[in-house]
Amino acid sequence: MEHKWIPNSSNEIKKSMLDYIGVKDILELYNDIPKEILINEKIWDNLGIGKKRPLDEIEVEKVIDDILNNNLIFKESKLFIGGGAWPHYVPAAVQYLAERGELLTAYTPYQPEISQGLLQILFEYQSLMADILEMDVVNASMYDMASSLGEAFLMSYRINNKKKILIPETINPFHLSVAKSYTSPHEISLVTYKVDPETGYADIEDLKSKSSDDISAIYLEYPYQYTGVVDVNAKPIGEIAHSKKALFIMGVNPTSLMIYKTPGELDADISIGEGQPLGLGLNFGGPYLGIFATKWNAEFVKQMPGRLIGMTTTIDGSSRAFAMIMQTREQHIRRSKATSNITTNSGLSAMIAAFYVSLLGKKGLKDVAEATWYRSHYASKQLSYLGFKSPLFKGEFFGDFIIDVKTNFEDLRNVMIKEGLLFGIPLSKYVTWAKDSWGLLSFTEVHSKSDIDLLLDKLKKIKGE
Amino acid sequence: MFKQAKWEEPLIYELGSGREGIRFKEINDEFKKILGEISIPKEIKRENDPNLPELSEVEVVRHYTRLSEMAYGVDSGPVPLGSCTMKYNPKISLKLSTDKRLQLIHPLQPDSTIQGLLKALFELQNWLALITGMDICTLHPAAGAQGELSGVLIIRKYHELRNNLNKDEIIVPDSAHGTNPASAAMAGFKTIEIPTDNSGNMDYEAFLSSLSYKTAGLMITNPSTLGLFEEKIIDVAKAVHEKDGLLYYDGANLNGILGKARPGDMGFDIAHLNLHKTFSAPHGGGGPGSGPVCIKNRLVKENIMLQDLLPGPVVYYDENDKMYKIRWPGKYSPGLMKSFFGNVQQLLWAYTYILSLGPQGLREAGEMAVINTNYFIKLMKDSKGYSIPYGSNRYRKHEVVLSAEPLHEETGVTAEDVSKGLLDSGFYAPTIYFPLIVKEALMTEFTESETKENIENFAKRLKEIENIARNDPNEPKKWPLNTAVGRIDMVKANHPKTITPTYRVNYLRSKGLRGPLR
Repeated sequence: MEHKWIPNSSNEIKKSMLDYIGVKDILELYNDIPKEILINEKIWDNLGIGKKRPLDEIEVEKVIDDILNNNLIFKESKLFIGGGAWPHYVPAAVQYLAERGELLTAYTPYQPEISQGLLQILFEYQSLMADILEMDVVNASMYDMASSLGEAFLMSYRINNKKKILIPETINPFHLSVAKSYTSPHEISLVTYKVDPETGYADIEDLKSKSSDDISAIYLEYPYQYTGVVDVNAKPIGEIAHSKKALFIMGVNPTSLMIYKTPGELDADISIGEGQPLGLGLNFGGPYLGIFATKWNAEFVKQMPGRLIGMTTTIDGSSRAFAMIMQTREQHIRRSKATSNITTNSGLSAMIAAFYVSLLGKKGLKDVAEATWYRSHYASKQLSYLGFKSPLFKGEFFGDFIIDVKTNFEDLRNVMIKEGLLFGIPLSKYVTWAKDSWGLLSFTEVHSKSDIDLLLDKLKKIKGE
Repeated sequence: MFKQAKWEEPLIYELGSGREGIRFKEINDEFKKILGEISIPKEIKRENDPNLPELSEVEVVRHYTRLSEMAYGVDSGPVPLGSCTMKYNPKISLKLSTDKRLQLIHPLQPDSTIQGLLKALFELQNWLALITGMDICTLHPAAGAQGELSGVLIIRKYHELRNNLNKDEIIVPDSAHGTNPASAAMAGFKTIEIPTDNSGNMDYEAFLSSLSYKTAGLMITNPSTLGLFEEKIIDVAKAVHEKDGLLYYDGANLNGILGKARPGDMGFDIAHLNLHKTFSAPHGGGGPGSGPVCIKNRLVKENIMLQDLLPGPVVYYDENDKMYKIRWPGKYSPGLMKSFFGNVQQLLWAYTYILSLGPQGLREAGEMAVINTNYFIKLMKDSKGYSIPYGSNRYRKHEVVLSAEPLHEETGVTAEDVSKGLLDSGFYAPTIYFPLIVKEALMTEFTESETKENIENFAKRLKEIENIARNDPNEPKKWPLNTAVGRIDMVKANHPKTITPTYRVNYLRSKGLRGPLR
């Protein structure tokens, strides 16, 4: 069957190739496959794959159009929802650069001389993240923050061989599930430390009481993605970890670090984060970007998962050059002794983050961080005037916060969906510590004051009825 | 003649300052009036601004455009990286998978608001199950390696639930991708490597003698990394099942049998697919990918089926509510592998590919990939510099591993030198030095996307390199000459005193604030 994406598929070319190979029937090329499992053409064609026939481009576009039109699409400004992925504005230049074919259709730069541009962009990604995090070493990406977390825990275990890791009660539940998948084969136990029910900050006394000498690491989510709270105890938490010869691991939102102290300054040993806010769409869950960083410490870097790009020169010293470095950590060389099985990562997402951070720059990114702070604080205050308990936790928060609507939050959200607004996350569906009346709301630079006021008006109307 | 762009492009940090790429300037003014200045507790307030660029939009776009001109993808020319299946990435799929209507769908939107998308994901799940001959798929894992990890976690859980104590070994052929033993180790298993026999199959006797009560499962890619179909696969499957082990199919090489044979019919229990290989999603310079995992829904123990062990969500149609819903993993699942549903852009890309080709086109893709490989092998038959170890009289499937060992012995020119010579003529190089069982390996996979002419030119160039090597063995050591830079100093790149993973390290080292990485 001739197809436009298969350039040798015309009968004429195909026959000339088969003749040259010296076979009459293409099936001869499959003569080592046992007959009983060779699939008959008619059977294959009628299994129900696709539409049972090739579709042309016009037909395909129509099918996809139907798929995409048959959803309730909310504009950015109507999405008041976070929980691990947030609506942010994606500048047109970022989207444009993401579609450059030389980057989009390339593979891992195994041949560095012909891949210098790709390598330099990944090096710039690592460098830009390093400056945001104030951490020295950043890898070329993991799948997403959740898988970064799982790998961070495994790395901690490899470094100190201890099998207990302390995690906050209010950890992102998706991250927790993934961390369990990654750590359970190694019998690493994840022990929860409490947060203060008033402020949402870590309960330091509880944390201290659980910090025995056998802990491998303490993990802090900063901000906590399911409460929005940014923990003022970050530094003491790190100190507790280090006093027990354990690692301090911080999970961050890169945007927030424009205005909050960085993992580097807070002396984190490993920092991970979600790069989705840096120019990636929501896309119903992916692809996103797992940030993974560590300190300038040979033992840590050797135990780090994932690819690393380094800056060097050509052998003749005539020009600057980039290449993959410390590859002996990786699976294609070290096999079962590798630091991780990861190979395909989120290269394009990392490049998009580099485009985004470069374009917004020092001022633009800070604007976004401040806009996120302002909008969430404005909304929280206004919601409290409407009689909701808002914010539920009184600690410092960034972008997200919980409100208690005193009725079933999911019911309220469903009413708001009919009004054209995606109003937060019904928390009790995802975490055990929340009540049915609690919802997690999220605000970023995409929401103008009038967008928020419109939300408030709708709520007022619903409450009044 | 090929000549790559050479821009000597500075780092983004070296491009000047004081400009703004995008203006969000006044967006906070209204709020400032109401709330005053931002007040952040001093314990966590960042005092310094990070060292980030201050450039205009045109500067940023030019910088990255120039860098992209010093990169090389399938859109630039042939990328015959073996086992990577670098097929053409159709532009209609790019258009649809980057549609704003998808970008705006939040991962925690209620199922009722995304019926169109869920229907497509449901169909894709079913198509992948039909293509592989398996029963149920989850589209969740983010890449092939994550699919593998999911698979071995399922194997682990299966034995745990069946009280199969002591099952801690996974059997892997020595020709396997490095991810197989690495994934097995991540899931807490020991790996037992089985040698490859002369015909290119996993050594059957060695395999049988490695089987024991400790065998948890077998991970295998079929066709293998040698491009050869595992001839005894049905017997292998039976033998593993007799020990109550599970068979895992590494789908990296599915393109070699697409439309001809299915892992489900060979006896596999679990299989992953690489949508960025077989189903044309782009590789993005190293990712993101997508690695759905499909299973045969066998019984684990009373009331527990293998589908209950899937580590990701599955879309199903609820007949009562007349709508598509997502079933999230339950208590027998190892847990999630990543946040949320999956890499949905890549899923939509694959969906578009399957729609466009239909079953007939998918078969054609598989067949053409095989024809291209064997056409290339025939073109190389008369060469003395390159040999084709293992299964010398067998037809290959999606790829072939050439060995430059004869050339190396004769002239000292290595597979790496050969690959640089290929770069110089505008081809990307094959995967080199892999699989580890072939010396001076050049693992070559054209896929169905390559033209006959390009395959001929590639073969011609390989022979030309062979001749040059014989005439002057020093010349290939100087290659590449036509790429943005020449050979790279990897000693400096990895040396503790000079290793530079970020610009920050470079800067701090210049200020005397960073010593060697020791």
